[in-house]
Amino acid sequence: MHIVDGALATPVLIAGAAATAGGLAIGLRQLTTERIPTAGVLSAGFFVASLIHVPIGISSVHLIMNGIAGLILGWAAFPALFVGLLLQAVTFGFGGITVLGVNAVNIALPAVLAGIACRSFIRKGGRNNVLIWGGICGALAIALTTIMVSVSLALSGEEFNEAAYLVFVSHIPVMVIEGALTAAAAWLIMQVKPELFGLSQMKDV
Amino acid sequence: MTYVLSTGIEPPAVPALRRLDPRLRIVSAVAFAVTAVALQSLSLLTVMLLVAVMLMIAAKLPVGQTIKRVIAMDSFIIVMIAFLPFTMEGTPIFTLFGFPASYEGLIRAIEIALTANAVVMAMLALAGSMEEVTFGQALHRLKVPAKLVHLLLFTIRYIEVLRQEYRRLRQAMKCRGFRPGTNGHTYRSFGYLVGMMLIRAMERSERIMDAMKCRGFTGTLPMTQRFELRGFDVVFALGFSVFMTAMLMKEYLL
Repeated sequence: MHIVDGALATPVLIAGAAATAGGLAIGLRQLTTERIPTAGVLSAGFFVASLIHVPIGISSVHLIMNGIAGLILGWAAFPALFVGLLLQAVTFGFGGITVLGVNAVNIALPAVLAGIACRSFIRKGGRNNVLIWGGICGALAIALTTIMVSVSLALSGEEFNEAAYLVFVSHIPVMVIEGALTAAAAWLIMQVKPELFGLSQMKDV
Repeated sequence: MTYVLSTGIEPPAVPALRRLDPRLRIVSAVAFAVTAVALQSLSLLTVMLLVAVMLMIAAKLPVGQTIKRVIAMDSFIIVMIAFLPFTMEGTPIFTLFGFPASYEGLIRAIEIALTANAVVMAMLALAGSMEEVTFGQALHRLKVPAKLVHLLLFTIRYIEVLRQEYRRLRQAMKCRGFRPGTNGHTYRSFGYLVGMMLIRAMERSERIMDAMKCRGFTGTLPMTQRFELRGFDVVFALGFSVFMTAMLMKEYLL
């Protein structure tokens, strides 16, 4: 879901860059020195996860997994996902330079919002509870990302209206898949290492 | 950052472009992108694309391989660009399956394709060919916050480690007869795979933090590399600025 350079209108680019700067400022303030290695290694984890292709019918989609990033990192997911996008742009040529702000806010803001909204429910535990809220978080993050990509395109010119609509409709299966994967991942993490969700592990086992 | 791409071995002789001051290379890449986005004339954008290809050759990057990678960009963008002639209103030039394609839409699609490719190629040539630690240090010198640079360096450092971990997990799944398909079992298994990768990443980061604390990590970024602008850097900077100013003047003044 990387928009390339040259497609968007200048006001959209500036708004995206400003929003990303704000998100980075909040995210970095919450990122203490102690948590830098955690956020860095997890950011690499999300980078690798985004290279995984999951089959869907005769085609396949690559994962984004921004929902689980938000669940684990909260606001710190903003700089973590930004770094991943920067690296994808600089080393693979995915996306571009002037659109980096728009791309970052489109992926990272939904992650933070979905993650913070669903985190308190997941922390309550319980199999069905974790699966349901994990699924909601994963699907919601992708849905919001898709809406934001569509809005960025639609605001840049009428000629993109159909494309904006197409982006949303074609990503509905991706929402379902990301929801299912996030639910499974959240359930596994809850059983194996609940500290990832900010819960302390039982020490005396 | 070549190992992230796993394209192989660095060429033995360092090309002049890669000996430029890293700060200058980052600033040039950004300036090039802003200029390309500001241009609309197709002939000027073609010049920009040619310059980008020249930069790639100067950086000794494999042009063919890179073009292939650029084409493999997100498919939805390609679909979107391909649809532009049909979705933009204007003078119809031809019809395909009964849908009229407009001249304006075709021009807009070519404009986006030229801009996107020129920017990506210039960026890969100028910034992408840089050593990862150098990239981080140069960003820090350009006033990027130390925390963000740390995050970037950690990410670069552990991408390859985690990718190997991913391969190990996938191999383990394969050994147990896992074959991906469109079904719930596949999605649950991939979910567990991602969850396990993140758990292992987290546990690894705890060990890293302990090791770093032993060595007195306080969150500051020691500057291990000296950057200085030499004669060639100044010549390159001047030539690059003159070229881009000329392009912008041609677009907006003449």
